[in-house]
Amino acid sequence: MKAALLDRLLAAKRAKQPLAMVTDLGTGQQTLVFPDAVHGQAGLEGALLDEVRRRLRLDLSGIVETPDHRIFVHVHNPPLRMVVVGAVHIAQPLVRMAVVAGYDVTVVDPRAAFASEERFPGVALSNDWPDEAMTALAPDARTAVVTLTHDPKLDDPALIVALRSPAFYVGALGSRKTHARRVERLSAEGLTAAEIARIHGPVGLAIDAVTPAEIAVSILGQVTQVLRRRAEDDGP
Amino acid sequence: MTAASEIETAALWRAEGRRVAVATVVATWGSSPRPVGSQMAIDGDGRMVGSVSGGCIEGAVVHEAMQTMADGEHRMLDFGVSDEMAWEVGLACGGRVQVYVEPVE
Repeated sequence: MKAALLDRLLAAKRAKQPLAMVTDLGTGQQTLVFPDAVHGQAGLEGALLDEVRRRLRLDLSGIVETPDHRIFVHVHNPPLRMVVVGAVHIAQPLVRMAVVAGYDVTVVDPRAAFASEERFPGVALSNDWPDEAMTALAPDARTAVVTLTHDPKLDDPALIVALRSPAFYVGALGSRKTHARRVERLSAEGLTAAEIARIHGPVGLAIDAVTPAEIAVSILGQVTQVLRRRAEDDGP
Repeated sequence: MTAASEIETAALWRAEGRRVAVATVVATWGSSPRPVGSQMAIDGDGRMVGSVSGGCIEGAVVHEAMQTMADGEHRMLDFGVSDEMAWEVGLACGGRVQVYVEPVE
């Protein structure tokens, strides 16, 4: 690996650009493939380049064999993202665990006393109203959204944006009763039954969690399950 | 607020003037502890970050990484129970894993 190519790869990762490092396993030559550009040693073109970009879209690293080449495609996508709405007590362990699991986390709460640097050191915080914050964050297919306030004024606007986005996971804290009322409100707001059915509510896996940290484990467990089962469905 | 990746560490070590190799899981068969794309960075003193298995083969990978740093040649390592003990170190889980080791030049 040429140090210059490694530096370029790391710069792209810091800029959160998706790219693939392609290694010819015979010659050792390497190429960086971006969605719209190619940099490096090995001439990659045609069907092979298309296959690399297909894998980049699917987040699928692996070996590709052709009659002339055996190449390794190493996909470096930006980190998964998690948007946590509600800088409440449960958010504190959830954010720390999600960071360890590799997520880029943003906490949204217009109540500045909750979403403070002191309570969430080193985490991206937004004090905007949840619908504005969510629209700005633009959840994509690599984003999980979890609402924790169980205050309809804050959770509902965030959920409406999340459910109309490609976010891979949408979860909402609250009891069955709370969730039933939420479903009624969201229906009244014009969301379809299919959109509302995407909500994981009550949020998290059923592991009889009690403490905030245990509830965070159950939420992160469910997010992981949804992420990995989806990857199996879309797999090679 | 994210942890440094293995290749970031490799670049840092390289910038400090150390010799560095990177090992990457490129293929797995059956049950294997670390997925394709998992990486390790190794320096000339045998220091390592990251992992390519659950700890079963890292020692052997470091050994090969030292060779790679010495001769500048990339290598493909194959670990598993089905390779007639070509390697003394195998995967207890019964899987097979291919690891590509390359120098950072």
